[in-house]
Amino acid sequence: MSQEKGKARTDAIDDLNRRQFFVKLGLGSLSIAAAGTTVFAYQFLAPNVLFEPSPVINAGKPESYPLDSVTLDVNSGIYIIHAQEGFFSLSAVCTHLGCVTAWKPELGMVVCPCHGSKFRQNGEKIEGPAPKPLPWKHMWISDDGDLMVDRSTDVRPMQFVRV
Amino acid sequence: MDTSHYFEQVRASRVWRSIFRSGTGTSTLHRSLAIQQNVFLHLFSTKVRRRMLSFSATWYLGTLTFGTFLLLVATGILLMLYYHPSVPQAYADTKDLQFVVSSGLFLRNLHRWSAHAMVFLVFAHMFKVFYRGAYRPPREFNWVIGIVLLLITLLLSYTGYLLPWDQLAFWAITVGSNIASAVPLLGKKIHFLLLGGNAVNANALLRFYVLHCMILPLAAIFFIAVHFWRIRKDGGLYAHSSEPAAARRRAPVAAATPREAQ
Repeated sequence: MSQEKGKARTDAIDDLNRRQFFVKLGLGSLSIAAAGTTVFAYQFLAPNVLFEPSPVINAGKPESYPLDSVTLDVNSGIYIIHAQEGFFSLSAVCTHLGCVTAWKPELGMVVCPCHGSKFRQNGEKIEGPAPKPLPWKHMWISDDGDLMVDRSTDVRPMQFVRV
Repeated sequence: MDTSHYFEQVRASRVWRSIFRSGTGTSTLHRSLAIQQNVFLHLFSTKVRRRMLSFSATWYLGTLTFGTFLLLVATGILLMLYYHPSVPQAYADTKDLQFVVSSGLFLRNLHRWSAHAMVFLVFAHMFKVFYRGAYRPPREFNWVIGIVLLLITLLLSYTGYLLPWDQLAFWAITVGSNIASAVPLLGKKIHFLLLGGNAVNANALLRFYVLHCMILPLAAIFFIAVHFWRIRKDGGLYAHSSEPAAARRRAPVAAATPREAQ
């Protein structure tokens, strides 16, 4: 009699354990599926191929930039500057919120139309909300003698390219 | 000729009764059933105090907000018939809507002004609820849903702003998405996923279009339904005079002027 009772109790415990096991198994599988879905969702939402312009710009012959000139290439968002020390390229994209700045020859400075940040010709910030100076971009002379700029690569300031 | 007689005949017909099961009649039961057994109206309270329907109780701000939302859905669907969310066509389509499509200018302006009005009304509604103290328990969760609806409203405005694809749109979204990239650690990733690229381009236009026309409106409808349903669940529209006297004494300003509906 007591044996039967004991058996019934272990049955009940086994039953409970089985249920707990399946609940855990179910929740575990759901968690794995949810994690997998998150990964797939992220991968799906991040494009693998971008139809964006190349970061490398061919800026043409150095002779087309007169001495002491600042030339804005609006489409690529860079300045080609021919200073006394040589050529360099400055990002024209404001470090504040990404507007394209403009060179103001009458002021001798770079000015952002969105929130009024001002920069010197070498990229240093004069005033405004911009948190950082305008970065210098990697510039070199191609084998054909053209000025090349890699927009995706920042370099330390004051690295002039001499022709 | 008595037209109400014909209306009663229609209401008593088999077809009508198969759709509206509450039955004919003007008894309280029939009128209650008409609300309770309608999939849309059952979200609301079966009975409402007459004074809660007066202008002074709510200034109808929530209802007006919902009205602008319905206007925006109706005009937005019509605008979608002429608008292609692609870089070469988006701006030209916007101009076509203004100058070529019959009533296009009216629909576009109605969409734009309704959008402005909706943002204004959402804030007015929130101020009204806040200063009347209608956000307090048991309505605190409905206030939270209201915050979610505020965010959805602002996101709808933001995503719609890019679609004309003009200079204003382009730079506003450039600036706005760069604000998103200021989020610590994940900022760059959020910026990339939001735009579907590194700059505001074809992918960004399409993503904002899908957000603006599908994802955000569906989210809005979902939360609006919960918002309305919670009004009933939380005891109907907030009436200050329906609170216990003890609670009213704690709010001295309103207690000084015991108006019917606060």
